[in-house]
Amino acid sequence: MRHDHLISAAQLSRADIEAVLDRAAEIDDDPATVRERHAGTVLALCFFEPSTRTKMSFDTAMKRLGGETIDMGSVESSSVKKGESLADTVRVIEGYADAMVLRHPSEGSAKMASEFVGVPLVNAGDGAGQHPSQTLLDLYTIRENAGLDDITVGIMGDLKYGRTVHSLSMALTNFDVRQHFVSPESLRLPRSVRYDLHEAGAQVREHEELAGILPELDVLYVTRIQRERFPDEREYREVAGEYQIDPETLDEAKESLTVMHPLPRVDEIDPAVDETPHAQYFEQAHNGVPVRMALLDALLSGGERR
Amino acid sequence: MSDHELRVSKIRNGTVIDHVAAGQALNVLTILGIDGSGGESVSVGMNVPSGRLGRKDIVKVEDRELSPSEVDVLSLIAPEATINIVRDYEVVEKNRVERPERVVGVLSCPNHNCITNGDEPVASKFTVLPDGLRCEYCGTFIRESFAGHIDGSRSA
Repeated sequence: MRHDHLISAAQLSRADIEAVLDRAAEIDDDPATVRERHAGTVLALCFFEPSTRTKMSFDTAMKRLGGETIDMGSVESSSVKKGESLADTVRVIEGYADAMVLRHPSEGSAKMASEFVGVPLVNAGDGAGQHPSQTLLDLYTIRENAGLDDITVGIMGDLKYGRTVHSLSMALTNFDVRQHFVSPESLRLPRSVRYDLHEAGAQVREHEELAGILPELDVLYVTRIQRERFPDEREYREVAGEYQIDPETLDEAKESLTVMHPLPRVDEIDPAVDETPHAQYFEQAHNGVPVRMALLDALLSGGERR
Repeated sequence: MSDHELRVSKIRNGTVIDHVAAGQALNVLTILGIDGSGGESVSVGMNVPSGRLGRKDIVKVEDRELSPSEVDVLSLIAPEATINIVRDYEVVEKNRVERPERVVGVLSCPNHNCITNGDEPVASKFTVLPDGLRCEYCGTFIRESFAGHIDGSRSA
């Protein structure tokens, strides 16, 4: 990769993606080859929102490359609580670390922060905006299970606020992928994402029900419909019930269908699905470590410039 | 010399914004952050007959020359406008506004959760597209009513 920062999936070309995924596969096969590759390197974990998977997988990835991590801790215990701006916080932390991972509740926060620092910065989620490192591990999982060309992908759930969806749908435009979006009307893709997909020439269709398109799908990517997005509980329950997957739902699917989810799930995937060969969401989460190792390696090594 | 040109020449120093779309004069003043409290001498002509536009507005501001960023955003609400810079009663510059590639620090992003609406040392930045503007931070579009998104802090 030629980028100094990873802010949005829109930055990623097919060549960038394939380079990271190929490297991740090498690392997955033989992690020992990179054990001390970034010894002495310090990665700052700046999480202004709670996170389990993303934070721990970046932490693990850096340590498995031989480096170390520093953590600003919870927002409540940091200078942010005293009113310090994000711009000041990242400028201070830049002095302690060789790279930075940022999660923040505001859209555009990672882009803004990247303008204030000279070390590589990875957007680990900016509000309802983007989550490009999640996208790389999603693509890795799709490639392992279905390949990345001539496939049909269904993306279902909260498409409006789902940052993993925004990043993934954009990255998929680099490949020969037919994309179907399934959501309640109120949680359709934002206009800005639909605009980008249109500009990228993506093959996209939108639906309110899964049933009609399920048999066509090679991959079904499910996201959580968040209760807090709905003004009343009854409306949430009516909608959420329409977007739950259980083994019976999948009777109409291809045998080879891969079911994915960025996790955490609540009740949108019945635990009984875990026992079917469709379930790949835990493998997907595991893939976060080798993919983030490959990503950090590329950013810390200057990618093709090393 | 037409009556209009005569009126322009009566300003000693300042800016005359001519060929503003009818009804946009007050938005022009908002963009310039002028509400009368700063003591500027301002003249506004609204719905003045115009050969080119049919009807137009004219704004004259004494002792103030527009900055490039102000001219940029004026082009969004008054794409036909001409900017006349007057010094010592003479029109020394007469420029048409041009649609910019970016508008920086003038409009507020309509996405309340955009980082540019937080308490950060960063100016809003919008890319100008053929059919609107797009926030360079969060991607949100402004398709219409540009004047409604003028940064309130620009007003006195």
